Amino acid sequence: MNTQSKMAYFFLAPALLAIFIFFFLPVVAAFIISFSDFDIYSLGNISNARMVGFKNYSVLIKDPLFWKALKNTFFFVIVAGPLSILVSLAAALLLNSKLVRFKAFFRLTYFLPVVTTLVAVAIVWRFIYHPRFGILNYLLSFLGIQPIDWLGDPLWAMPAIILMSVWKNFGYNMIIFIAGLQNIPLDLYESAEIEGANHWQQFTSITIPMLAPTTIFVSIITMIGYFQIFAEPYIMTQGGPINSTLSIVQYMYQEGFRWWNMGYSAALAFILFIIIFIGTVLQLKIKKRSD
Amino acid sequence: MLVRHLKRLFLYLLLLLTGMATLAPFLWMLSASFMYDGHASVYPPRFFPDHFTFSQYLNLFSRLNVGKYFFNSLFLAITITFISLFLNSMAGYAFAKYRFKGKNLLFNMLLSSMIIPAQVTMLPLFLMLKTMGLINTYLAIIIPGLANIFGIFLIRQYALSIPDSLIEAARMDGATDFQIYRKVILPLCMPILTTLAIFTFMTIWNDFLWPLIALTDNSMYTLPVALANLMQEHVRDPELMMAGSVITIIPVIIVFLALQKYYISGIMLGGVKE
Repeated sequence: MNTQSKMAYFFLAPALLAIFIFFFLPVVAAFIISFSDFDIYSLGNISNARMVGFKNYSVLIKDPLFWKALKNTFFFVIVAGPLSILVSLAAALLLNSKLVRFKAFFRLTYFLPVVTTLVAVAIVWRFIYHPRFGILNYLLSFLGIQPIDWLGDPLWAMPAIILMSVWKNFGYNMIIFIAGLQNIPLDLYESAEIEGANHWQQFTSITIPMLAPTTIFVSIITMIGYFQIFAEPYIMTQGGPINSTLSIVQYMYQEGFRWWNMGYSAALAFILFIIIFIGTVLQLKIKKRSD
Repeated sequence: MLVRHLKRLFLYLLLLLTGMATLAPFLWMLSASFMYDGHASVYPPRFFPDHFTFSQYLNLFSRLNVGKYFFNSLFLAITITFISLFLNSMAGYAFAKYRFKGKNLLFNMLLSSMIIPAQVTMLPLFLMLKTMGLINTYLAIIIPGLANIFGIFLIRQYALSIPDSLIEAARMDGATDFQIYRKVILPLCMPILTTLAIFTFMTIWNDFLWPLIALTDNSMYTLPVALANLMQEHVRDPELMMAGSVITIIPVIIVFLALQKYYISGIMLGGVKE
Protein backbone atom coordinates (compact mmCIF):
# COMPACT_ATOMS: atom_id res chain seq x y z
CA MET A 1 0.00 0.00 0.00
CA ASN A 2 1.38 3.41 -0.93
CA THR A 3 1.38 6.38 1.44
CA GLN A 4 -1.52 8.06 -0.38
CA SER A 5 -3.82 5.13 0.29
CA LYS A 6 -2.51 4.71 3.81
CA MET A 7 -3.30 8.31 4.69
CA ALA A 8 -6.69 8.10 2.98
CA TYR A 9 -7.65 5.09 5.09
CA PHE A 10 -6.35 6.87 8.19
CA PHE A 11 -8.70 9.80 7.51
CA LEU A 12 -11.61 7.56 6.52
CA ALA A 13 -11.37 4.97 9.26
CA PRO A 14 -13.07 6.76 12.19
CA ALA A 15 -16.14 7.89 10.25
CA LEU A 16 -16.49 4.71 8.19
CA LEU A 17 -16.06 2.45 11.21
CA ALA A 18 -18.77 4.36 13.06
CA ILE A 19 -21.10 4.20 10.07
CA PHE A 20 -20.36 0.54 9.48
CA ILE A 21 -20.86 -0.59 13.07
CA PHE A 22 -23.76 1.68 14.02
CA PHE A 23 -25.60 1.91 10.70
CA PHE A 24 -24.84 -0.87 8.20
CA LEU A 25 -24.54 -3.63 10.79
CA PRO A 26 -27.91 -2.71 12.38
CA VAL A 27 -29.55 -2.69 8.92
CA VAL A 28 -28.36 -6.25 8.32
CA ALA A 29 -29.30 -7.24 11.85
CA ALA A 30 -32.79 -5.77 11.42
CA PHE A 31 -33.21 -7.81 8.27
CA ILE A 32 -32.31 -10.99 10.15
CA ILE A 33 -34.45 -10.09 13.17
CA SER A 34 -37.44 -9.56 10.87
CA PHE A 35 -37.27 -13.31 10.14
CA SER A 36 -37.18 -14.25 13.83
CA ASP A 37 -39.65 -14.32 16.71
CA PHE A 38 -37.46 -12.00 18.80
CA ASP A 39 -39.65 -10.84 21.73
CA ILE A 40 -39.49 -9.87 25.40
CA TYR A 41 -38.14 -13.32 26.39
CA SER A 42 -35.34 -13.05 23.86
CA LEU A 43 -34.51 -9.64 25.33
CA GLY A 44 -33.48 -11.40 28.56
CA ASN A 45 -31.81 -14.31 26.84
CA ILE A 46 -31.09 -14.19 23.14
CA SER A 47 -31.21 -17.99 22.82
CA ASN A 48 -35.00 -17.74 23.20
CA ALA A 49 -35.18 -16.22 19.71
CA ARG A 50 -35.84 -18.57 16.82
CA MET A 51 -35.78 -18.08 13.08
CA VAL A 52 -39.34 -18.32 11.80
CA GLY A 53 -38.93 -17.61 8.10
CA PHE A 54 -41.55 -15.33 6.59
CA LYS A 55 -43.94 -15.73 9.52
CA ASN A 56 -43.80 -12.06 10.61
CA TYR A 57 -44.52 -10.94 7.08
CA SER A 58 -47.38 -13.38 6.60
CA VAL A 59 -48.92 -12.30 9.93
CA LEU A 60 -48.51 -8.69 8.88
CA ILE A 61 -50.49 -9.20 5.71
CA LYS A 62 -53.41 -10.48 7.77
CA ASP A 63 -53.09 -7.80 10.47
CA PRO A 64 -55.94 -5.25 10.14
CA LEU A 65 -54.02 -2.73 12.25
CA PHE A 66 -51.08 -2.90 9.84
CA TRP A 67 -53.39 -2.16 6.90
CA LYS A 68 -54.97 0.65 8.87
CA ALA A 69 -51.56 2.17 9.61
CA LEU A 70 -50.47 1.69 6.00
CA LYS A 71 -53.65 3.31 4.71
CA ASN A 72 -53.30 6.25 7.12
CA THR A 73 -49.65 6.77 6.19
CA PHE A 74 -50.39 6.65 2.46
CA PHE A 75 -53.31 9.02 2.90
CA PHE A 76 -51.06 11.42 4.77
CA VAL A 77 -48.30 11.25 2.13
CA ILE A 78 -50.68 11.53 -0.84
CA VAL A 79 -52.63 14.47 0.56
CA ALA A 80 -50.10 16.37 2.68
CA GLY A 81 -47.27 15.88 0.17
CA PRO A 82 -48.81 17.61 -2.88
CA LEU A 83 -50.54 20.15 -0.62
CA SER A 84 -47.22 21.12 1.01
CA ILE A 85 -45.54 21.37 -2.37
CA LEU A 86 -48.34 23.54 -3.79
CA VAL A 87 -48.21 25.91 -0.83
CA SER A 88 -44.40 26.01 -1.11
CA LEU A 89 -44.60 26.86 -4.80
CA ALA A 90 -47.26 29.53 -4.24
CA ALA A 91 -45.18 31.13 -1.48
CA ALA A 92 -42.06 30.98 -3.67
CA LEU A 93 -43.88 32.66 -6.58
CA LEU A 94 -45.20 35.31 -4.20
CA LEU A 95 -41.72 36.00 -2.85
CA ASN A 96 -40.23 36.02 -6.34
CA SER A 97 -42.61 38.70 -7.61
CA LYS A 98 -40.94 41.91 -8.77
CA LEU A 99 -43.80 43.92 -7.34
CA VAL A 100 -43.14 43.31 -3.65
CA ARG A 101 -40.44 44.38 -1.19
CA PHE A 102 -39.39 43.20 2.29
CA LYS A 103 -38.80 39.79 0.74
CA ALA A 104 -36.09 38.80 3.21
CA PHE A 105 -38.41 39.50 6.13
CA PHE A 106 -41.29 37.45 4.74
CA ARG A 107 -39.00 34.61 3.72
CA LEU A 108 -37.59 34.46 7.24
CA THR A 109 -41.09 34.45 8.74
CA TYR A 110 -42.33 31.65 6.51
CA PHE A 111 -39.26 29.63 7.28
CA LEU A 112 -39.54 29.85 11.06
CA PRO A 113 -41.79 26.77 11.56
CA VAL A 114 -39.24 24.61 9.70
CA VAL A 115 -36.46 25.07 12.24
CA THR A 116 -38.60 24.78 15.35
CA THR A 117 -38.88 21.59 17.38
CA LEU A 118 -41.65 19.34 16.03
CA VAL A 119 -42.68 18.07 19.46
CA ALA A 120 -43.07 21.62 20.80
CA VAL A 121 -45.14 22.88 17.87
CA ALA A 122 -47.28 19.74 17.87
CA ILE A 123 -48.13 20.55 21.50
CA VAL A 124 -48.95 24.16 20.55
CA TRP A 125 -51.25 22.93 17.78
CA ARG A 126 -52.91 20.46 20.08
CA PHE A 127 -54.17 23.43 22.10
CA ILE A 128 -54.99 25.44 18.96
CA TYR A 129 -57.24 22.52 17.96
CA HIS A 130 -58.93 22.40 21.38
CA PRO A 131 -62.68 22.00 20.70
CA ARG A 132 -63.80 24.51 23.36
CA PHE A 133 -60.92 26.93 23.97
CA GLY A 134 -58.82 26.59 20.80
CA ILE A 135 -58.20 29.64 18.64
CA LEU A 136 -58.98 27.78 15.41
CA ASN A 137 -62.60 27.08 16.33
CA TYR A 138 -62.85 30.64 17.66
CA LEU A 139 -61.70 32.09 14.31
CA LEU A 140 -63.97 29.72 12.38
CA SER A 141 -66.94 30.83 14.50
CA PHE A 142 -66.78 34.20 12.71
CA LEU A 143 -67.49 32.33 9.48
CA GLY A 144 -70.48 30.73 11.15
CA ILE A 145 -68.77 27.33 11.46
CA GLN A 146 -69.81 25.24 14.47
CA PRO A 147 -67.01 24.04 16.80
CA ILE A 148 -65.21 20.98 15.42
CA ASP A 149 -63.58 18.39 17.67
CA TRP A 150 -60.48 18.39 15.46
CA LEU A 151 -58.40 15.74 17.21
CA GLY A 152 -61.26 13.80 18.81
CA ASP A 153 -63.24 13.12 15.66
CA PRO A 154 -61.95 10.25 13.46
CA LEU A 155 -63.05 12.20 10.41
CA TRP A 156 -61.10 15.36 11.29
CA ALA A 157 -58.03 14.06 13.13
CA MET A 158 -56.01 13.25 10.00
CA PRO A 159 -56.92 16.50 8.19
CA ALA A 160 -55.88 18.38 11.34
CA ILE A 161 -52.49 16.66 11.33
CA ILE A 162 -52.13 17.38 7.61
CA LEU A 163 -52.88 21.08 8.11
CA MET A 164 -50.31 21.32 10.88
CA SER A 165 -47.70 19.51 8.75
CA VAL A 166 -48.22 21.84 5.81
CA TRP A 167 -47.80 24.81 8.14
CA LYS A 168 -44.64 23.27 9.63
CA ASN A 169 -42.94 22.23 6.39
CA PHE A 170 -43.86 24.48 3.47
CA GLY A 171 -41.02 26.94 4.16
CA TYR A 172 -38.39 24.31 3.44
CA ASN A 173 -39.45 23.51 -0.12
CA MET A 174 -40.24 27.18 -0.65
CA ILE A 175 -36.52 27.98 -0.33
CA ILE A 176 -35.66 25.32 -2.93
CA PHE A 177 -38.36 26.61 -5.28
CA ILE A 178 -37.10 30.19 -4.95
CA ALA A 179 -33.64 29.01 -6.00
CA GLY A 180 -35.22 27.12 -8.91
CA LEU A 181 -37.18 30.19 -10.01
CA GLN A 182 -34.08 32.36 -9.90
CA ASN A 183 -32.27 29.91 -12.16
CA ILE A 184 -34.77 30.37 -15.00
CA PRO A 185 -33.16 32.68 -17.59
CA LEU A 186 -35.05 35.98 -17.79
CA ASP A 187 -34.74 36.23 -21.58
CA LEU A 188 -37.13 33.28 -21.90
CA TYR A 189 -39.84 35.47 -20.41
CA GLU A 190 -38.76 38.45 -22.49
CA SER A 191 -39.06 36.61 -25.78
CA ALA A 192 -42.42 35.13 -24.69
CA GLU A 193 -43.56 38.66 -23.90
CA ILE A 194 -42.57 39.77 -27.40
CA GLU A 195 -44.56 36.89 -28.88
CA GLY A 196 -47.57 38.12 -26.95
CA ALA A 197 -47.86 35.40 -24.31
CA ASN A 198 -49.81 36.49 -21.22
CA HIS A 199 -48.71 35.82 -17.64
CA TRP A 200 -50.65 32.58 -17.31
CA GLN A 201 -49.24 31.25 -20.61
CA GLN A 202 -45.74 32.21 -19.48
CA PHE A 203 -46.34 30.39 -16.20
CA THR A 204 -47.54 27.16 -17.83
CA SER A 205 -45.11 27.08 -20.75
CA ILE A 206 -41.94 28.42 -19.10
CA THR A 207 -42.08 28.37 -15.29
CA ILE A 208 -43.69 24.95 -14.82
CA PRO A 209 -41.46 23.01 -17.27
CA MET A 210 -38.31 24.80 -16.12
CA LEU A 211 -39.14 23.92 -12.51
CA ALA A 212 -39.69 20.21 -13.28
CA PRO A 213 -36.31 18.98 -11.94
CA THR A 214 -36.75 21.06 -8.77
CA THR A 215 -40.28 19.73 -8.33
CA ILE A 216 -39.14 16.13 -8.61
CA PHE A 217 -36.34 16.68 -6.11
CA VAL A 218 -38.75 18.37 -3.72
CA SER A 219 -41.31 15.57 -4.19
CA ILE A 220 -38.79 12.89 -3.34
CA ILE A 221 -37.51 14.50 -0.14
CA THR A 222 -41.03 15.42 0.96
CA MET A 223 -42.28 11.89 0.34
CA ILE A 224 -39.38 10.30 2.22
CA GLY A 225 -39.93 12.61 5.18
CA TYR A 226 -43.69 12.18 5.25
CA PHE A 227 -43.60 8.37 5.12
CA GLN A 228 -41.70 8.57 8.41
CA ILE A 229 -44.40 10.57 10.20
CA PHE A 230 -44.33 9.80 13.90
CA ALA A 231 -44.18 12.69 16.36
CA GLU A 232 -47.29 14.47 15.04
CA PRO A 233 -49.74 11.65 15.80
CA TYR A 234 -47.74 10.54 18.87
CA ILE A 235 -48.14 13.97 20.49
CA MET A 236 -51.49 15.11 19.11
CA THR A 237 -53.66 11.99 18.95
CA GLN A 238 -51.59 8.97 20.12
CA GLY A 239 -52.72 7.41 16.85
CA GLY A 240 -56.40 7.78 17.72
CA PRO A 241 -59.29 8.29 17.70
CA ILE A 242 -59.99 4.64 16.85
CA ASN A 243 -56.59 4.39 15.15
CA SER A 244 -57.54 6.95 12.52
CA THR A 245 -54.08 8.57 12.69
CA LEU A 246 -51.91 5.54 13.54
CA SER A 247 -48.84 5.68 11.26
CA ILE A 248 -46.44 2.93 10.18
CA VAL A 249 -43.56 4.26 12.29
CA GLN A 250 -45.84 4.66 15.29
CA TYR A 251 -47.07 1.09 14.90
CA MET A 252 -43.46 -0.05 14.56
CA TYR A 253 -42.55 1.86 17.74
CA GLN A 254 -45.47 0.39 19.67
CA GLU A 255 -44.82 -3.19 18.58
CA GLY A 256 -41.07 -2.93 19.07
CA PHE A 257 -40.60 -0.77 22.11
CA ARG A 258 -43.85 -1.05 24.03
CA TRP A 259 -44.71 -4.72 23.51
CA TRP A 260 -41.15 -5.80 22.60
CA ASN A 261 -42.32 -7.79 19.56
CA MET A 262 -39.05 -6.95 17.90
CA GLY A 263 -39.25 -9.48 15.09
CA TYR A 264 -42.62 -8.15 14.06
CA SER A 265 -41.47 -4.56 14.47
CA ALA A 266 -38.39 -5.16 12.30
CA ALA A 267 -40.63 -6.55 9.56
CA LEU A 268 -42.67 -3.33 9.75
CA ALA A 269 -39.50 -1.26 9.47
CA PHE A 270 -38.50 -3.17 6.33
CA ILE A 271 -41.90 -2.67 4.75
CA LEU A 272 -41.41 1.06 5.33
CA PHE A 273 -37.99 0.88 3.71
CA ILE A 274 -39.33 -0.97 0.68
CA ILE A 275 -42.15 1.54 0.24
CA ILE A 276 -39.76 4.50 0.40
CA PHE A 277 -37.39 2.73 -1.98
CA ILE A 278 -40.12 2.04 -4.55
CA GLY A 279 -41.45 5.59 -4.22
CA THR A 280 -38.02 7.09 -4.86
CA VAL A 281 -37.28 4.83 -7.83
CA LEU A 282 -40.67 5.67 -9.37
CA GLN A 283 -40.09 9.40 -9.08
CA LEU A 284 -36.56 9.09 -10.50
CA LYS A 285 -38.04 7.13 -13.44
CA ILE A 286 -40.48 9.97 -14.09
CA LYS A 287 -37.55 12.37 -13.97
CA LYS A 288 -35.61 10.33 -16.52
CA ARG A 289 -38.59 10.29 -18.86
CA SER A 290 -39.07 14.03 -18.63
CA ASP A 291 -35.38 14.82 -19.23
CA MET B 1 -51.04 51.84 -13.62
CA LEU B 2 -54.11 51.29 -11.42
CA VAL B 3 -54.13 47.60 -12.27
CA ARG B 4 -50.52 47.39 -11.21
CA HIS B 5 -51.27 49.08 -7.90
CA LEU B 6 -54.22 46.82 -7.22
CA LYS B 7 -52.13 43.81 -8.06
CA ARG B 8 -49.42 44.94 -5.69
CA LEU B 9 -51.96 45.54 -2.95
CA PHE B 10 -53.35 42.04 -3.48
CA LEU B 11 -49.86 40.49 -3.30
CA TYR B 12 -49.08 42.30 -0.05
CA LEU B 13 -52.38 41.16 1.38
CA LEU B 14 -51.49 37.55 0.56
CA LEU B 15 -48.00 37.96 1.99
CA LEU B 16 -49.34 39.44 5.21
CA LEU B 17 -52.04 36.80 5.60
CA THR B 18 -49.52 33.99 5.10
CA GLY B 19 -47.19 35.70 7.55
CA MET B 20 -49.93 35.95 10.14
CA ALA B 21 -50.91 32.31 9.68
CA THR B 22 -47.25 31.35 10.11
CA LEU B 23 -46.65 33.44 13.20
CA ALA B 24 -50.01 33.14 14.99
CA PRO B 25 -49.25 29.80 16.68
CA PHE B 26 -45.92 31.17 17.98
CA LEU B 27 -47.49 34.39 19.24
CA TRP B 28 -50.25 32.52 21.02
CA MET B 29 -47.68 30.13 22.52
CA LEU B 30 -45.61 33.03 23.83
CA SER B 31 -48.63 34.87 25.15
CA ALA B 32 -50.18 31.85 26.90
CA SER B 33 -46.84 31.01 28.53
CA PHE B 34 -47.12 34.24 30.56
CA MET B 35 -50.63 33.50 31.85
CA TYR B 36 -51.74 32.17 35.23
CA ASP B 37 -53.16 28.65 35.47
CA GLY B 38 -56.48 28.37 33.67
CA HIS B 39 -56.29 31.73 31.93
CA ALA B 40 -55.66 30.16 28.52
CA SER B 41 -58.63 27.81 28.92
CA VAL B 42 -61.39 30.35 28.45
CA TYR B 43 -63.89 31.23 25.75
CA PRO B 44 -63.47 33.48 23.87
CA PRO B 45 -59.70 32.85 23.87
CA ARG B 46 -57.39 35.49 25.34
CA PHE B 47 -54.71 36.68 22.98
CA PHE B 48 -52.83 38.59 25.67
CA PRO B 49 -52.33 37.76 29.34
CA ASP B 50 -54.60 39.94 31.49
CA HIS B 51 -52.20 39.38 34.40
CA PHE B 52 -48.63 38.84 33.31
CA THR B 53 -46.69 36.13 35.20
CA PHE B 54 -43.45 34.15 35.08
CA SER B 55 -44.92 31.47 37.35
CA GLN B 56 -45.10 28.82 34.58
CA TYR B 57 -41.39 29.20 33.83
CA LEU B 58 -40.49 29.21 37.52
CA ASN B 59 -42.57 26.09 38.03
CA LEU B 60 -40.85 24.31 35.12
CA PHE B 61 -37.38 25.02 36.44
CA SER B 62 -37.98 24.67 40.18
CA ARG B 63 -40.37 21.74 40.29
CA LEU B 64 -40.26 19.97 36.96
CA ASN B 65 -36.52 19.67 36.41
CA VAL B 66 -36.50 21.46 33.05
CA GLY B 67 -33.04 22.90 33.75
CA LYS B 68 -31.65 19.38 33.65
CA TYR B 69 -33.45 18.53 30.39
CA PHE B 70 -32.20 21.76 28.87
CA PHE B 71 -28.66 20.83 29.87
CA ASN B 72 -29.07 17.30 28.42
CA SER B 73 -30.29 18.67 25.10
CA LEU B 74 -27.60 21.33 24.91
CA PHE B 75 -24.79 19.01 25.95
CA LEU B 76 -25.78 16.31 23.46
CA ALA B 77 -26.34 18.71 20.57
CA ILE B 78 -22.99 20.46 21.07
CA THR B 79 -20.99 17.27 21.70
CA ILE B 80 -22.40 15.46 18.69
CA THR B 81 -21.93 18.52 16.49
CA PHE B 82 -18.20 18.71 17.30
CA ILE B 83 -17.45 15.00 17.10
CA SER B 84 -19.36 14.43 13.87
CA LEU B 85 -17.84 17.53 12.29
CA PHE B 86 -14.39 16.16 13.05
CA LEU B 87 -15.05 12.65 11.71
CA ASN B 88 -17.08 13.78 8.69
CA SER B 89 -14.53 16.39 7.64
CA MET B 90 -11.65 13.90 7.71
CA ALA B 91 -13.61 11.41 5.62
CA GLY B 92 -14.92 14.09 3.25
CA TYR B 93 -11.38 15.36 2.73
CA ALA B 94 -10.11 11.87 1.97
CA PHE B 95 -12.87 11.30 -0.59
CA ALA B 96 -12.15 14.65 -2.23
CA LYS B 97 -8.36 14.73 -2.34
CA TYR B 98 -6.87 11.24 -2.05
CA ARG B 99 -6.58 8.45 -4.55
CA PHE B 100 -7.09 4.98 -3.19
CA LYS B 101 -8.45 1.64 -4.26
CA GLY B 102 -12.21 1.27 -4.23
CA LYS B 103 -12.84 4.97 -3.71
CA ASN B 104 -15.70 5.37 -6.17
CA LEU B 105 -17.30 2.10 -5.20
CA LEU B 106 -17.18 3.00 -1.51
CA PHE B 107 -18.48 6.50 -2.11
CA ASN B 108 -21.38 5.35 -4.29
CA MET B 109 -22.27 2.67 -1.80
CA LEU B 110 -22.45 5.27 0.97
CA LEU B 111 -24.51 7.64 -1.17
CA SER B 112 -27.07 5.06 -2.21
CA SER B 113 -27.53 3.85 1.36
CA MET B 114 -28.78 7.30 2.32
CA ILE B 115 -32.19 6.09 1.22
CA ILE B 116 -32.40 3.62 4.12
CA PRO B 117 -34.66 5.17 6.77
CA ALA B 118 -33.05 5.44 10.21
CA GLN B 119 -36.00 3.59 11.78
CA VAL B 120 -34.70 0.35 10.25
CA THR B 121 -31.57 0.54 12.39
CA MET B 122 -33.26 1.43 15.65
CA LEU B 123 -34.21 -2.04 16.92
CA PRO B 124 -30.77 -3.62 16.53
CA LEU B 125 -29.10 -0.42 17.70
CA PHE B 126 -31.18 -0.54 20.85
CA LEU B 127 -30.24 -4.19 21.44
CA MET B 128 -26.58 -3.44 20.78
CA LEU B 129 -26.45 -0.50 23.18
CA LYS B 130 -28.42 -2.43 25.77
CA THR B 131 -25.87 -5.27 25.66
CA MET B 132 -23.11 -2.68 26.08
CA GLY B 133 -25.03 -1.20 29.05
CA LEU B 134 -25.29 2.16 27.35
CA ILE B 135 -29.07 2.63 27.21
CA ASN B 136 -30.00 5.62 29.39
CA THR B 137 -26.60 7.22 29.04
CA TYR B 138 -25.47 10.15 26.91
CA LEU B 139 -23.50 7.68 24.79
CA ALA B 140 -26.75 6.09 23.59
CA ILE B 141 -27.43 9.33 21.72
CA ILE B 142 -23.85 10.22 20.84
CA ILE B 143 -22.85 6.88 19.29
CA PRO B 144 -25.39 6.80 16.42
CA GLY B 145 -24.51 10.44 15.69
CA LEU B 146 -20.71 9.99 15.51
CA ALA B 147 -20.58 10.33 11.73
CA ASN B 148 -23.10 10.62 8.97
CA ILE B 149 -23.11 10.07 5.25
CA PHE B 150 -24.79 13.34 4.35
CA GLY B 151 -22.13 15.30 6.24
CA ILE B 152 -19.31 13.43 4.50
CA PHE B 153 -20.98 14.11 1.15
CA LEU B 154 -21.38 17.86 1.81
CA ILE B 155 -17.76 18.29 2.87
CA ARG B 156 -16.45 16.20 0.00
CA GLN B 157 -18.33 18.36 -2.53
CA TYR B 158 -16.92 21.50 -0.97
CA ALA B 159 -13.37 20.21 -0.62
CA LEU B 160 -13.29 19.22 -4.30
CA SER B 161 -13.14 22.92 -5.15
CA ILE B 162 -9.97 23.48 -3.11
CA PRO B 163 -7.03 23.74 -5.58
CA ASP B 164 -4.52 20.87 -5.37
CA SER B 165 -1.72 23.43 -5.66
CA LEU B 166 -2.45 24.67 -2.13
CA ILE B 167 -2.05 21.17 -0.76
CA GLU B 168 1.12 20.61 -2.81
CA ALA B 169 2.60 23.89 -1.58
CA ALA B 170 1.95 22.93 2.03
CA ARG B 171 3.53 19.52 1.41
CA MET B 172 6.63 21.22 -0.06
CA ASP B 173 6.90 23.23 3.14
CA GLY B 174 7.14 19.92 4.99
CA ALA B 175 3.62 19.75 6.40
CA THR B 176 2.37 16.27 7.31
CA ASP B 177 -0.98 15.03 5.96
CA PHE B 178 -2.70 15.71 9.24
CA GLN B 179 -1.20 19.21 9.42
CA ILE B 180 -2.49 19.90 5.91
CA TYR B 181 -5.95 18.76 6.98
CA ARG B 182 -5.88 20.91 10.10
CA LYS B 183 -4.08 24.01 8.82
CA VAL B 184 -5.15 24.17 5.16
CA ILE B 185 -8.34 22.20 4.58
CA LEU B 186 -10.31 22.96 7.74
CA PRO B 187 -9.91 26.77 7.54
CA LEU B 188 -10.87 26.76 3.86
CA CYS B 189 -13.90 24.58 4.60
CA MET B 190 -15.18 26.92 7.31
CA PRO B 191 -18.39 27.94 5.46
CA ILE B 192 -19.51 24.36 4.84
CA LEU B 193 -18.47 23.32 8.34
CA THR B 194 -20.64 26.10 9.76
CA THR B 195 -23.58 24.97 7.64
CA LEU B 196 -23.14 21.39 8.73
CA ALA B 197 -22.74 22.43 12.36
CA ILE B 198 -26.11 24.21 12.33
CA PHE B 199 -27.81 21.28 10.63
CA THR B 200 -26.37 18.80 13.10
CA PHE B 201 -27.13 20.94 16.13
CA MET B 202 -30.75 21.44 15.08
CA THR B 203 -31.30 17.82 14.07
CA ILE B 204 -30.05 16.57 17.43
CA TRP B 205 -31.89 19.26 19.39
CA ASN B 206 -35.18 18.55 17.62
CA ASP B 207 -34.82 14.76 17.44
CA PHE B 208 -37.56 12.78 19.13
CA LEU B 209 -37.95 9.11 18.18
CA TRP B 210 -34.45 7.86 19.01
CA PRO B 211 -34.12 9.72 22.35
CA LEU B 212 -37.61 8.46 23.22
CA ILE B 213 -36.36 4.92 22.66
CA ALA B 214 -32.87 5.18 24.12
CA LEU B 215 -33.52 7.40 27.15
CA THR B 216 -36.13 5.84 29.41
CA ASP B 217 -34.88 7.26 32.68
CA ASN B 218 -36.49 10.57 33.60
CA SER B 219 -33.24 12.33 34.51
CA MET B 220 -31.71 11.60 31.09
CA TYR B 221 -34.55 13.02 28.98
CA THR B 222 -33.89 15.60 26.31
CA LEU B 223 -36.33 18.52 26.07
CA PRO B 224 -38.61 17.03 23.36
CA VAL B 225 -38.91 13.72 25.26
CA ALA B 226 -39.50 15.54 28.54
CA LEU B 227 -42.11 17.75 26.89
CA ALA B 228 -43.96 14.77 25.42
CA ASN B 229 -43.89 13.09 28.83
CA LEU B 230 -45.05 16.23 30.63
CA MET B 231 -47.94 16.54 28.20
CA GLN B 232 -49.42 13.29 29.48
CA GLU B 233 -49.98 14.74 32.96
CA HIS B 234 -50.65 18.33 31.96
CA VAL B 235 -53.14 18.09 29.10
CA ARG B 236 -55.27 20.63 30.94
CA ASP B 237 -52.44 23.09 31.58
CA PRO B 238 -51.84 24.91 28.29
CA GLU B 239 -50.04 27.75 30.13
CA LEU B 240 -47.41 25.40 31.55
CA MET B 241 -47.01 23.44 28.31
CA MET B 242 -46.61 26.64 26.30
CA ALA B 243 -43.83 27.82 28.61
CA GLY B 244 -42.13 24.44 28.06
CA SER B 245 -42.52 24.82 24.30
CA VAL B 246 -41.01 28.31 24.40
CA ILE B 247 -37.96 27.03 26.28
CA THR B 248 -37.54 24.21 23.77
CA ILE B 249 -37.88 26.40 20.70
CA ILE B 250 -35.90 29.51 21.73
CA PRO B 251 -32.39 28.02 21.32
CA VAL B 252 -33.03 26.74 17.78
CA ILE B 253 -34.58 30.04 16.77
CA ILE B 254 -31.56 31.93 18.11
CA VAL B 255 -29.11 29.64 16.30
CA PHE B 256 -31.13 29.94 13.12
CA LEU B 257 -31.49 33.73 13.23
CA ALA B 258 -27.80 34.19 13.97
CA LEU B 259 -26.61 31.88 11.20
CA GLN B 260 -29.51 31.77 8.75
CA LYS B 261 -27.30 32.54 5.75
CA TYR B 262 -25.42 29.26 6.29
CA TYR B 263 -28.58 27.30 6.97
CA ILE B 264 -30.32 28.48 3.80
CA SER B 265 -27.24 27.79 1.67
CA GLY B 266 -27.11 24.30 3.12
CA ILE B 267 -30.63 23.58 1.88
CA MET B 268 -29.54 24.57 -1.62
CA LEU B 269 -26.62 22.15 -1.42
CA GLY B 270 -28.86 19.15 -1.44
CA GLY B 271 -31.15 19.45 1.48
CA VAL B 272 -31.42 17.46 4.62
CA LYS B 273 -34.77 16.39 5.96
CA GLU B 274 -35.26 16.17 9.69
